[in-house]
Amino acid sequence: MRLSEAWLRQYVNPMVDTAGLVRQLTMAGLEVDGAEPAAADFSGVVVARILEAAPHPEADRLQICRVDTGGGEPLQIVCGAANARVGLVAPLAMEGAVLPGPLKIKRSRLRGVESFGMLCSAKELGLEDDASGLLELPADAPVGADIRDYLQLDDRILEIDLTPNRADCLSVEGIAREVALINRLPFQGVDAGTVAVGSQRRLVVHLDAPEACPRYLGRVIAGIDARAQTPRWMKERLRRSGLRSLGPAVDVTNYVLLELGQPLHAFDLERLSGDIHVRQARDGELLRLLNGEEITLSSDVLVIADEEKALALAGIMGGEQSAVGGATSDVFLECAFFAPALIMGKARRYGLATDSSHRFERGVDPSLQRRAIERATALLLEIAGGEAGPVTEAVREDLLPLRAPVRLREQRIGQLLGLSLPRDEVADILARLGMSVEEDEPGWTVTPPSFRFDIALEADLIEEIGRVYGYDAIPRRRPAVASAMQPASETVLGLDRVKDLLADRGYQEVITYSFVSAEMQRRIDPEAEPEALLNPISADLAVMRISLWTGLLDCAQKNLSRQQDRVRIFETGLKFVRRGGSLEQRNTLAGLVLGSILDEQWGEKSRRVDFFDVKSDVEAILGLTGKSSVRFRPAIHHALHPGQSAEILIGDGGAGWLGMLHPQIERELGFEQPVFMFELDAGALLQRDLPRFAPLSRFPLVRRDLALVVARDLPAADLLEAVAASGGPLVRDTVLFDVYSGAGVEAGKKSVALGVTLQDAEETLTDDRVDEVMSRIVARLAADFGAKLRE
Amino acid sequence: MNSSPESTLEQASRLLAAAGSVAELDQVRVRYLGKKGEFTEQMKTLGTLSPEERKEFGQRVNQARDEFQRLLERRKAALEAEALARRLSSETIDVTLPGRGQRLGGLHPVTLTLRRITRLFRSVGFSVVEGPEIEDDFHNFEALNIPAHHPARAMHDTFYFSEHLLLRTHTSPVQIRVMESGQPPLRVIAPGRVYRCDSDLTHTPMFHQVEGFWVDEQVSFADLKGTLYEFLTGFFEKDCAVRFRPSYFPFTEPSAEVDIECVICDGRGCRVCKHSGWLEVMGCGMIHPRVFEAVGIDPERYSGFAFGLGVERLTMLRYGINDLRLFFENDLRFLRQFKPF
Repeated sequence: MRLSEAWLRQYVNPMVDTAGLVRQLTMAGLEVDGAEPAAADFSGVVVARILEAAPHPEADRLQICRVDTGGGEPLQIVCGAANARVGLVAPLAMEGAVLPGPLKIKRSRLRGVESFGMLCSAKELGLEDDASGLLELPADAPVGADIRDYLQLDDRILEIDLTPNRADCLSVEGIAREVALINRLPFQGVDAGTVAVGSQRRLVVHLDAPEACPRYLGRVIAGIDARAQTPRWMKERLRRSGLRSLGPAVDVTNYVLLELGQPLHAFDLERLSGDIHVRQARDGELLRLLNGEEITLSSDVLVIADEEKALALAGIMGGEQSAVGGATSDVFLECAFFAPALIMGKARRYGLATDSSHRFERGVDPSLQRRAIERATALLLEIAGGEAGPVTEAVREDLLPLRAPVRLREQRIGQLLGLSLPRDEVADILARLGMSVEEDEPGWTVTPPSFRFDIALEADLIEEIGRVYGYDAIPRRRPAVASAMQPASETVLGLDRVKDLLADRGYQEVITYSFVSAEMQRRIDPEAEPEALLNPISADLAVMRISLWTGLLDCAQKNLSRQQDRVRIFETGLKFVRRGGSLEQRNTLAGLVLGSILDEQWGEKSRRVDFFDVKSDVEAILGLTGKSSVRFRPAIHHALHPGQSAEILIGDGGAGWLGMLHPQIERELGFEQPVFMFELDAGALLQRDLPRFAPLSRFPLVRRDLALVVARDLPAADLLEAVAASGGPLVRDTVLFDVYSGAGVEAGKKSVALGVTLQDAEETLTDDRVDEVMSRIVARLAADFGAKLRE
Repeated sequence: MNSSPESTLEQASRLLAAAGSVAELDQVRVRYLGKKGEFTEQMKTLGTLSPEERKEFGQRVNQARDEFQRLLERRKAALEAEALARRLSSETIDVTLPGRGQRLGGLHPVTLTLRRITRLFRSVGFSVVEGPEIEDDFHNFEALNIPAHHPARAMHDTFYFSEHLLLRTHTSPVQIRVMESGQPPLRVIAPGRVYRCDSDLTHTPMFHQVEGFWVDEQVSFADLKGTLYEFLTGFFEKDCAVRFRPSYFPFTEPSAEVDIECVICDGRGCRVCKHSGWLEVMGCGMIHPRVFEAVGIDPERYSGFAFGLGVERLTMLRYGINDLRLFFENDLRFLRQFKPF
């Protein structure tokens, strides 16, 4: 909410400067976002009256004016404004004045005629956007006065960011009440008085939906002057609150809304037929609103209607047809209380958010309506004349919100706030808040004032006590550290450790959006049906990822386009997979690598990363788990090259995938080079095996190498498994140190070189024992795979 | 074989001097001291001489041979020194050339901040719990005392999958899940991704929060102030002023916004703090009794505080990052600036 500091100070004027006031409000929970000057910086502008205006002999659009500035000789001013005329009082920038811009005003010559200053429009003073003519000041404005003083421009606009619970502060009066309470100053609300009734014209009001509208006040004001202008002071206050002037009737309702927090609405009486009904709309009923939009109503929406039609969306926006306009002479003024629960959500349903709905949704003081309608009537009569009819009030007292008494226990204040307040201090704070307090051991019974919709529980009261006492004054207690030791399990592998490993191996962590483009995701898995957002930000961020690869591919593409030709990235996070009927949100680790294996550097031959480079990274990650049952099995994945993809197994359970991006997808996405990716189920990594010591042998190692010729498509893992299985306990380790196919090896075959290391725990191995083991291995490999020893 | 030991020595010393390597030197040694070496041969002739001549000649040969040996050692040392010097010179490299191999990668700055937050809270007994990101209406809103028409529930804030299924808009639902399944004392932080349907200069549709709460008998606003003060001064490694300002959240009461003295300008006023000298860094408060009721914890017996903070905001302040959107553009040139610790 925006309001003029000067306006506020008219109601309560504490002995603090603007900065002090800002601090006070902020620390009371009414956060001040800004305190901008009410007007742009300018100087040297006075109130002036045009005494004479004659056409400029050399220019059709210019006039030569003689202008009274309140002292000395009248000045000659050349002016191009259409509304410059004799008798007009307007701002004059004198020679030497500096206008916003900044624009320095000098004596000048316009088409041969000297001008000693410039008459100004509202725009030239930075007050409004209106540049159509000179800013017209009232005829009684004091000629010669500095315009800044006259218009109170040395004011600040306080921008207060109110929390939704403080509906009572959505007005100048409400804020003033808070300021008074903080500063222990007396505060009286705006005295609206009672307007003398001049006519008996009235409309009958029927509360057809009294739960939604238990109080409705209406009044006819007849014979207002259609040509009347809103006075400058009111326009200025409206402007400082961010509202445009729209004619006296509307301005007055807006002014009272700002001043008291009560929304009002003015109807053009001539457009109404018969009685007023506050009723639920009929399904399908149409209403064209003030903003020109036609909406279709439904029966849970409250409208103001006459005998024939809906006139206004109650508490939200008036209708176009019954709106006051330039020709309106009789108005029907509405001032009602609408129940928050029944207004909530309705404005938003129609895409509306108005000053009125904002207040009614949060709660308008149900005791405010009479004061507000009197205040509005008085202001309208003062500005536009006319005669006020009697106030008709339709009310269902039994349905008005009642502030129930709340029990407050002294001990609870201490428990929640962590301080003990003297009883009289508590009582004093409650009284300053306008609460009625009854003391009763061991606490109080407190009844909040009608404007505090937010106080229904003991905790609400304790918050108020803390707030007024001052959060800053509440002590700070150092957290007591738990004496029990925190667990430090060694059988749980933290994901942080895995991330560190990848970073140490040259990977960069990325964080991509969890929602991705459906199209991109279909490339990875055309079968999957991802969770789709009902209201995505864009098509690129429309479905939940079923794999982290989607985001990584996108990230790689973007970095390639930023001339980053080497990409090693990883990400951790949830992926969202529907399995059967249930949705799984699985923590996942994934990586992507492309480009050369190393950064460009001297002394190393540059080469592209391949499957086995990335596999070694994956093996390192899996190595952290301490598990020996990790296997890579050739398997088909839609996103991966069928000849370079492996499913990763821990024991018998699938733990992830590793492979080269399918060349088809690679081409579609424009990579023009191989891309390698892996994805691991973070849950599968979590469990770590505790190391188990095995005794070391004192006896020498023996190594025997085997060169074998086997079928080219025989997986090496099968060969190694067979060696381990057939070799028995003496085989300590088998290393595969060469794979070759080509010249010298039969087509369809490959030569594989294995180094078998043997050792006994109890004695030095003899050649005979070694030979026995080796021939057992060779026999098994021959039997299982047709492996032949290479000549 | 009639040369004198002296002339042999003279000749030998010339050869020693001429030897250009340890290997050549060894040839010279063999030539004079080997089995058939000249000095060896001279010694062999001693037997043919008369006793007087033998004694005299023997002395001369010994003298010459010792001298040769001395010269040999000296020459050898000199040659070794030369060889070492040559090796040192030939093996000299440009040590300013960069090292070879894989370079260090890095962690995302958000991860760095999450780690620090986690460490600080773990050190005072908090444990870390994570929760689902696709949440239901009850955990994200209802149990947190956010009634049906609260502005935060509007379509423009929340991403929905269906009427009751949504992307969590904050990490507070983890608070509900933990309190549903456990009884106090509870001291938990819940870091994670959250989502809001909002995207502009200062909003990304996904960001990170850390929710924290402490529920026990006798937990008060004073504990909240103390805990968050310790955290913020610890996080920024700076004894900055911290202020608590009344605010409103449906799930806490009393509620507060926490401001710290601007870490960029030390509170003097700058662009980052909008010249106020303060930075809003987190929201907090005492857990609302209705929240306790929703999860079956007795609000008469227990009290607790909860807080929520934006991880990106703290990261920006910590590292001086000036554009929120950088976090999710994943530009490697940006990410490489943050080394793991």
